[in-house]
Amino acid sequence: MHRFANPGRFLRLANRIQPWLKALTVLGFIIGLYLALWGSPPDYQQGETVRIMYVHVPAAWMALFAYLLVGLASASSLIWRHPLADVAAEAMSPVGAAFTLIALITGSLWGKPMWGTYWVWDARLTSFLLLFFLYLGHMALLGAFDDRARGQRSAAVLAIVGLVNLPVIKFSVDWWNTLHQPASIVRMGGISIDSSMQWPLFAMAITFHLFMLAAVIERMRTLLLEARLRNQRLAAFERVGTQARASE
Amino acid sequence: MRAFRALLKRDLGLGLRQGIDALVVVLFFLAAGALFPFALGPEPALLARIAAGIVMTMAALASLLSLDRLFTADYEDGSLDGLALSPLSLELVALAKVATHWLMTGLPLLAAAPVLGLLLNLAPGGYPILLLALVLVTPALSLLGGLGAALTLGARRGGLLLAFLILPLFIPILILGMGAVAAVAEGRSALGALELLVALDLGLLALVPWAMATALRQVLR
Repeated sequence: MHRFANPGRFLRLANRIQPWLKALTVLGFIIGLYLALWGSPPDYQQGETVRIMYVHVPAAWMALFAYLLVGLASASSLIWRHPLADVAAEAMSPVGAAFTLIALITGSLWGKPMWGTYWVWDARLTSFLLLFFLYLGHMALLGAFDDRARGQRSAAVLAIVGLVNLPVIKFSVDWWNTLHQPASIVRMGGISIDSSMQWPLFAMAITFHLFMLAAVIERMRTLLLEARLRNQRLAAFERVGTQARASE
Repeated sequence: MRAFRALLKRDLGLGLRQGIDALVVVLFFLAAGALFPFALGPEPALLARIAAGIVMTMAALASLLSLDRLFTADYEDGSLDGLALSPLSLELVALAKVATHWLMTGLPLLAAAPVLGLLLNLAPGGYPILLLALVLVTPALSLLGGLGAALTLGARRGGLLLAFLILPLFIPILILGMGAVAAVAEGRSALGALELLVALDLGLLALVPWAMATALRQVLR
């Protein structure tokens, strides 16, 4: 991990892999969306609406995964003061928040025809909404202080505390009787979904991972360049100040 | 332990000297709760059904009121730096602050809860379980609130941000508290929900002072 602690080395590496990553993401979306929209059968019960699943489920996975990464990055920033960890957490949380919102919206659109309502206050939905608020709180804390480092530290503590919510989300469908269906992929006893729907789902899941990685690296690159710009501007001010003093 | 007690006494003394603060919390609690009969209509059966929920929700909102002042005064006049240098660990300083908050808001709210229950036509059998649930709910509210106060100390518009951060985290507490109340109303045993509440309190008691101290250390750095 500490090999990449140098922002310059990270930027060089990011510049090298980013074009490939973006190309792979686009390719993945072409394949995944084709499989999901045309290459897979409609469900015997749900009909065509089952295709919402190919966006909803991977987005929800990504929302959880991204929060886990925000939490881990925050922990390594507090424990080891890893210089890129703060940048990673700051870059990750809007992406995770976007995935959470996508999962909530697609879930709500899927819920209307299937459950007859856009929203119910069952445990899975409530804990997922809580996840969304945690992301927003994390972002709000990051920007709430005049001293950026202070915001990063506060947000890191919040992110770690919020990790408690992850197992609650994952097991909410097992612990409580929810309207939301229980897990059918990541569960004891193996996958319980037909292979004709399994492959489009996996294709979309892989693509979502690629997209998240590309988006996070892009945001990290932007944040690092912004920091560099800020430092150069400060250095320029300092230079002008010294010259002005010297000429007096 | 002596230092802990001294800090608690100092904070309580400061709070009580401006006695209006604790009173304002209680008045807010009653006034906000009294809005509901006007918004929903004063039908006794409807009020009886929702009274416990309103009492608990208003307790959660009222406990937010004094949170943004939990550390601000000490932060601004430099006492917080003094406390950090004292033999008392920052975790215990945080815990003392939370305890003060509970004594200054949780306890008065407990006393005022039956009054609001009366105004909202709460069924006579509902009082003991509501108060018991509040005894377990209010410490959790103070602990989470203290965490929010430590995280947002020195932030721009800290009070607003604090409410936004903490209110979603109140959801599980309210679920468990109202679970106990609902169980008794339906004639079931409330033991399960109460045990979970105690577990939540103890878990927060173990986790929150540490998190608050971590946050405070970043302020003092």
